Amino acid sequence: MSEEQHIISYRKLAFVWVALLALTALTVGVTRVELGAYKVLAALAIACVKGGLVIAVFMHMKYEGRLLRWLLFLTLVTLAIFIGFTFFDVLYR
Amino acid sequence: MSHPPHKDYDGAKLGMWLFLFTELLLFGGMFLLYAVYLKRYPHEFAAGGKQLNWIMGSANTVILLTSSLCVAMSVTAIQRDEPRRAVALVAGTIICAAGFMTVKYFEWSAKIGHGIYPGSAHLKAGAPGESVFFSLYYMTTGIHGLHVLIGGALLGWIASRVNTGTVNAREFILLENGALYWHLVDLIWIFIFPLYYLVL
Repeated sequence: MSEEQHIISYRKLAFVWVALLALTALTVGVTRVELGAYKVLAALAIACVKGGLVIAVFMHMKYEGRLLRWLLFLTLVTLAIFIGFTFFDVLYR
Repeated sequence: MSHPPHKDYDGAKLGMWLFLFTELLLFGGMFLLYAVYLKRYPHEFAAGGKQLNWIMGSANTVILLTSSLCVAMSVTAIQRDEPRRAVALVAGTIICAAGFMTVKYFEWSAKIGHGIYPGSAHLKAGAPGESVFFSLYYMTTGIHGLHVLIGGALLGWIASRVNTGTVNAREFILLENGALYWHLVDLIWIFIFPLYYLVL
């Protein structure tokens, strides 16, 4: 067992939860006004921030070593490649 | 055999994360399908999305975020050697999971009541893009819902292990991994919610 086990305080977790709720309210607000295609972009950008908060703090990734961080990066790059390359085909067919 | 049981904290956590990465790719595939068909049928997707109840979607978002907070706090509690609090917090997560599935039940039964389900006469008679939208909706939220049920059951079992002391302040990887699984369920919903309920 790792000796340098990091413990995240209740306070910090609650703070992240409040931030996540605020961002949810922001997403709902942004998508209720007519912004056209921008609302998809805005909603996804906010979702990415929320996802980042969950992974970094709730899932302790901020306190993990290099191995897990690189594996996460590798997974996200793989996702980006298979979504991105599919769209090269779908958009410019 | 009197060997002490083999323990590998870092290995157990690495294994869990590798599994979670495959889960991300699984749901990534479903988001890719969504994106490709949104490009092909923008009007039908917009019509389908407007039939989803964004208030129920928002309620479920708040419920899942809260459940994630509870399970994250339960990990802090077990690390600080407060097992009773850890069990109570996991129980809070499971109550949230039940709340989520209840909202989902009302949502799905309202849709099915209106004749909207894969292969229904209503969808067969309508535009093809609309049935694609609802098939993806049922598949994505269905597999996500399955994860909620599995996660809830898993956390229930882990809570009983905390209760008996098998999972404790020195040996808590089981709770930590269970919490990681639960956060993944939350993470996926963070993307499902705007894509299906809000942006269309």
